[in-house]
Amino acid sequence: MNLDFSPEDLAFRDEVRAFIAENYPAGLREKQEEGEEMAKEDFLSWHRVLAKKGWVAPAWPEKYGGPGWTSVQRYIWSEETARADCVPILPFGINMVGPVIYTFGTPEQKERFLPPTLSGDIWWSQGYSEPGAGSDLASLKTKAERFTGDDGKEYYLVNGQKTWTTLAQHGDWIFCLVRTDPNAKIQEGISFLLIDMKSPGVTVRPIITLGGEHEVNEVWLENVKVPVENRIYEENKGWTCAKFLLAHERSGIAGVARSKRGIERIRQIASTELGDDGAALIKDPMFKRKVAELEIDLTALEYTELRTLAGEAAGKGPGPESSLLKIKGTEIQQRITELVLEAAGHYGAPYFRGFPTDGDNAHPIGPDFAHRAAPTYFNVRKTSIYGGSNEIQRNIIAKMVLGL
Amino acid sequence: MDFNFTEEQSMVRDTVASFLADKYDFETRRKIVSSDSGWRADYWKAFAEELGILGASFSEELGGLGGGAVDNMIIMEEFGKALVIEPYLGTVVIGGGFMKHSGYAGAASVIEGVVGGTTTIAFAYAEPQARYTWRDLKTTAKKDGGGWVLNGHKAVVVGAPFATHLIVTARTGGAQRDAGGVGVFLVDKSLPGIVTRDYPTVDGNRASEVYFENVSVPADALIAEDGLALVDKVIDEATAAVGAEAVGVLRKLHEGTLDYAKQRKQFGTAIANFQVLQHRMVDMFIEVEQSVSMTYMATIKLEEDAAERAKAVSAMKVRIGRACKFVGQNAIQIHGGMGMTDELAIGHYFKRASLIEGLFGSVDHHLKRYESLSFDAAA
Repeated sequence: MNLDFSPEDLAFRDEVRAFIAENYPAGLREKQEEGEEMAKEDFLSWHRVLAKKGWVAPAWPEKYGGPGWTSVQRYIWSEETARADCVPILPFGINMVGPVIYTFGTPEQKERFLPPTLSGDIWWSQGYSEPGAGSDLASLKTKAERFTGDDGKEYYLVNGQKTWTTLAQHGDWIFCLVRTDPNAKIQEGISFLLIDMKSPGVTVRPIITLGGEHEVNEVWLENVKVPVENRIYEENKGWTCAKFLLAHERSGIAGVARSKRGIERIRQIASTELGDDGAALIKDPMFKRKVAELEIDLTALEYTELRTLAGEAAGKGPGPESSLLKIKGTEIQQRITELVLEAAGHYGAPYFRGFPTDGDNAHPIGPDFAHRAAPTYFNVRKTSIYGGSNEIQRNIIAKMVLGL
Repeated sequence: MDFNFTEEQSMVRDTVASFLADKYDFETRRKIVSSDSGWRADYWKAFAEELGILGASFSEELGGLGGGAVDNMIIMEEFGKALVIEPYLGTVVIGGGFMKHSGYAGAASVIEGVVGGTTTIAFAYAEPQARYTWRDLKTTAKKDGGGWVLNGHKAVVVGAPFATHLIVTARTGGAQRDAGGVGVFLVDKSLPGIVTRDYPTVDGNRASEVYFENVSVPADALIAEDGLALVDKVIDEATAAVGAEAVGVLRKLHEGTLDYAKQRKQFGTAIANFQVLQHRMVDMFIEVEQSVSMTYMATIKLEEDAAERAKAVSAMKVRIGRACKFVGQNAIQIHGGMGMTDELAIGHYFKRASLIEGLFGSVDHHLKRYESLSFDAAA
């Protein structure tokens, strides 16, 4: 057993660190520090820098545009980007649909969709969840019926409703699971379709969440005409793509590097905020205890992830163990936001977004971090719900790992 | 042993509950919190005149209906169930509390205004540096002729935008964190030199940063010149009342979750049929019931001596704080994505519960206070 980085890995880390320092967009950094809402271009600006460098898709095979990094290098990459507070690259194209396309797509589909996914020219949305099908994904109802168009070509006519579609207000394309055979068993008869969101019949409606943000949407599909060549893999075999994608989604979901940065931030905050006795909050034995426990739990998660990673490097794909990473990772993310809100004390209460008085109160009061503490706490409740709720993840471990 | 309410108290509960059922449904509440004023002054008037509840907790000599802390508890619980914004806590519980316990000469006339609905009060006690240590005061009150001059900055004064008066703590003597020299003043909010910056809070309430810039107040503004014991007593009463509000909020979080789990179907069955969720909802129920018990206990013990009272209130706030977190977080979790939306009421109850956790002291603050009262004092 050896847990040290090799000299090559250390050199790689220095290279990454230097690249971020020199190339991270300054305007984006300012917006992050001010806690401003991100526009579409803000999300894309860092993506484009990385695409140019060839680093935007660390996990992709080289022949499709990945950098050819080892799993250790990928780990270093995620550590360094989190350490530098880089905005995350949106997962929908890079982590989700991209791997599905290069794994299951035809040569034409790869050529058509992979380059613009890498460059950021296609903003992908994820069309999995439906109002009646959240964690029970297979019960989805959106249907796609095949027909021959006036031009003699084959199409699907798609009708249904998707929900919790993150940032779909910016979306160019949406990848959807649709029911192509209503008579098949529940997990069969599903197909994986790519739909151009500019197609007639696609409507995006905002859902405002607890923290007051417009982050998720409903997407309505009404008689949307989709060419058959936009289907990935075989008809009625979409569940295979879905399972593959979910395993990929879960593997990044632990968020260890970002949580490390989050705990570092709590330490910074608590060293300037004052506790009840007038000394720095971090000196308060109770608060300190909670930060310590969090750090220890994060270390346990980190080394569990490293073991998974080592397994992957040895050729084992991400299996049901990744559910463990999702459960503990999201719980830790939530506890971090709890402690930030706790540190804010009275100043966790003021709210400065989306109210009629907003204009007069543009400049927040209280410590800089505090006005985002409560909205973030509320927002991060989603992490134990999305990507298959933590209850579902426990069911997966029970069934697949423990054989119960 | 008797946990029953008197006939009068039951009547107060029914009156408040039926008014809120008629006029304070969730959609109405949503309109109130997003309106320019942020509250319903006409409802406040109705509380005073139609319902008469603003006098419920005052003695008859003071123009009230002869009740006390239990009446406040009943009313706050109902207000919690409807997420009522109007400033009962600041005006009646806190403002009224100072009037009852201080021997203040102007008490009768202030209470008359409170009971009649014309006087509304917000409590300006917190300061940016002080966290939950009320005696940590940078705000000063200096004698000036017959009156006083106030200078300082008060943080997150909830309900200040609707208030006609502020109750302000300020140093009349001693150093920043001394127990002695904590003055308490009743200040007309329209006095020159009072600058406020109003804003909404995350739970839909309104609050202000209040700045005193050489504010001259008359001699009769002084409620107490050395009043930390009085402040502690009133804050304990307010904390008990907030516990009661939390009980209302928690009941709704729990009920709402049960209803949702019974109708929401996944994997071909109502999610209420999953044992893992059943046990979770049982644990939520236990948290709610224990919160009710602790709120009764603390409210009854408000009459005891300072140490007993403080211990009871801190014990309650520890349980309530934990219940708010456990019941609130699980209500959202069991609602799944729907719990994350602004549209459903459940999230708004969660937000109120989350702020109650830190109101008048966090779980840690009250655990420490309980420990020092129950271990250190005896040693």
